[in-house]
Amino acid sequence: MGEFNKKSAKILVFSTEKISDPAIDMAGLLKLHYPPTVYTISVPCSSAIKPSWILYAYEKGFDGVFIAADGSDCVYGESCTEKTGNLVSKTHNLMKEKELDPARLRMAAICSVCSASFVKQVKSFNEYLLKTLHN
Amino acid sequence: MKDKKKIGVYICHCGGNISDYVDVEKVREAVSGDEIVFLSKTTMFACSDSNQRDMVEDIKEHNLDGVVVASCSPKLHLTTFRNVSERADLNKYTYVHANIREQASWAHSDNKMGATEKAIHLVKAAIAKAHYAEAQVAPKIKAEKRVAVVGAGVAGMKAALSLADKDCEVLLIEREPFVGGRVAQWDTLSTTTETGKEMTTRLYNELLKRDNITILTNSELIGNKGSVGNIELTVRKSPRYIKGNCHPEDLKRAIEVCPVEVPDEFNFRLSNRKAIYKNYPSEYPQTPVIDMKSCTRCGECEKVCSSIDLSEQAEELTFNVGSVLMATGFDSYTPAYGEFGYATSDNVITLPQFKRMIDTQEGKLIHKGKEVHNIAYIYCVGSRQEEGGNTYCSRNCCTSTIHAAVTAKEKFGKINNFHFNRGLRTYGKQELLYADSLRNGDIYLQSYEDGPPTVTPKGDKTIVKINDILTAGEELEVAADLVVLVTGMVPRADNKVGSLFKLPKGRDQFFNEVHMKLRPVETVIDGVTIAGACQGPKNIAESVNSALSASTKSFSIVSKGELETEPLIAVINDDKCTWCGACEEACPFDAILKTEKDGRTIAQINNSVCKGCGMCTPVCEPDAIDLIACSSAEIMSMIDALA
Repeated sequence: MGEFNKKSAKILVFSTEKISDPAIDMAGLLKLHYPPTVYTISVPCSSAIKPSWILYAYEKGFDGVFIAADGSDCVYGESCTEKTGNLVSKTHNLMKEKELDPARLRMAAICSVCSASFVKQVKSFNEYLLKTLHN
Repeated sequence: MKDKKKIGVYICHCGGNISDYVDVEKVREAVSGDEIVFLSKTTMFACSDSNQRDMVEDIKEHNLDGVVVASCSPKLHLTTFRNVSERADLNKYTYVHANIREQASWAHSDNKMGATEKAIHLVKAAIAKAHYAEAQVAPKIKAEKRVAVVGAGVAGMKAALSLADKDCEVLLIEREPFVGGRVAQWDTLSTTTETGKEMTTRLYNELLKRDNITILTNSELIGNKGSVGNIELTVRKSPRYIKGNCHPEDLKRAIEVCPVEVPDEFNFRLSNRKAIYKNYPSEYPQTPVIDMKSCTRCGECEKVCSSIDLSEQAEELTFNVGSVLMATGFDSYTPAYGEFGYATSDNVITLPQFKRMIDTQEGKLIHKGKEVHNIAYIYCVGSRQEEGGNTYCSRNCCTSTIHAAVTAKEKFGKINNFHFNRGLRTYGKQELLYADSLRNGDIYLQSYEDGPPTVTPKGDKTIVKINDILTAGEELEVAADLVVLVTGMVPRADNKVGSLFKLPKGRDQFFNEVHMKLRPVETVIDGVTIAGACQGPKNIAESVNSALSASTKSFSIVSKGELETEPLIAVINDDKCTWCGACEEACPFDAILKTEKDGRTIAQINNSVCKGCGMCTPVCEPDAIDLIACSSAEIMSMIDALA
């Protein structure tokens, strides 16, 4: 991670092109502020995120990873929720093996209009990470 | 990864939308040193014609392999810049977009340094992705050449006609039993001699002339599946409980014998109607309907009219369409209890109620048994409120009020109109109405938002008092027989259909377009367009304009009968694959097959079926599957750039 930012933790968000990206964009449109050290990488579907990417993010210095999941709105089908849950569970186990706090990986369903919810989630995650990692 | 790649990077000011908060020159300097960045520029408007031409020239002159533009959301301009690449004979999938407006300058307008740092990282991540961006061929899918128009008000009917005339099949879905929406409730209109009912009738007759329009009234959209090009809609069609061509006299008797009376929403609850009803004689469809929420199933109507069948059941229908055009309209603002005497004073009504009074009365204007002479109009009730209320201007209510005042004076005579306003917005041709009103002797009194008029009952009158800023703040009062609260348009309280499509709403809670100037009728939901007052307050002309625009946009989606899809599908690394079957199990589209290659059993992707969701990728233990344009190498290089 770059120079430590006392005010905000460094968070990588995996968002989805059709569902959570519009919500994150709308948060900006509505000037709903959140920490500027929250970065987004967009993927087609939240169940396409590889655990290895998440572990790599911690390796490179990210404090937390947030999955802005499709939830039941996924355009690719209802199984997305279960599959995203499975990959999070699998990653949590891998994090424990590496002695990483599993709470540094969070997931929440962010629908295409859930801008306020997204901002609330990342702000709360930021507070948790600052409290636990940078106290 | 391709060696010796040469790309161009363009950082947009977006006027000042980006550069007011992000130091774009600092971003340019920070990214210009990357090994593949051959040129880097800042530009006032990356999307402008002149900049697009410059980009084409740059690509051709310097033989660039790819382009990165850092600007607004890709929802707005990804296609624009892909097209620029194509015009410069570059494959459009070599283009990479960075969103530094919605996700940097606007999201962090409270922290310019933070916004700039973030923008630098986002552009670096885009450049990292550009290292891997390769030429692709887009597959095509079949698009249903049929559009569903939701809402059969004026906007919906005009959109349906426009689509039908483009040789497109149309499904016009109306939740109410009758077409016409709000306009059917109005009599005289401005600036036309046609009444609202006549306009509705004319449009309905035009709809009936087109074989390619299917009209479903009393029908509600309850489900949608699929995506742009092939959206499966489920519609619940409620029965009218009246079959075929029944005798008008029988129906008249059925209405007479119906014992149920409920407030008539068509008349904004000024009067009552029966459970079996029709709002006005020439209403379409011409068959009345039984309001089953109010009906007690007493059976009296069945005794006098053999066409009535209370046993009819609702049916669910499914349709496949390529695009959906939303024209679901608006609600009128309902004042709070006691707001300017609303619901606490007999003399206080709303503008929509007043308009129905004018339409339904002849000779004298009577309210609560008394003739009305002095009318006080209080403007901006429920509009232009301070924080917490509706802060927006509802645009059409000034004109609508003045039109009603002029009409009332013409129709009933002996009417004195007093307009308690906060500044009038009768834009364009509507100014003519204002001039008519002044010539009629209407009195205009004005206040600021912090000094609204007060309303006090006094005997059978209502005293409306104001400190009039047009007469240097002098306190003036009017003893009114009737107080009309000028209420504006608000979003539909029942937003089930919006929720069904997850349509985003803007600050005013109306449906939100992608961009008010560049993509004014499109939503972020692919294939769904919006028209009329569901997007924000509009008069009839403005609603019709947006309906024609939305119909053209929806038609452009389905017109070719096929759509280009993203060529971003899964690919198997044959050497790594050991065939465990996990990917086959994870794929929701049966796009993965077991195959034999060089004596080994491995997975194979059926490219024509793969949708590029990527669900197969995380379950592959040997990491043998990647998505094109979303490979592990790309994602990890982006993480490197962001870290």
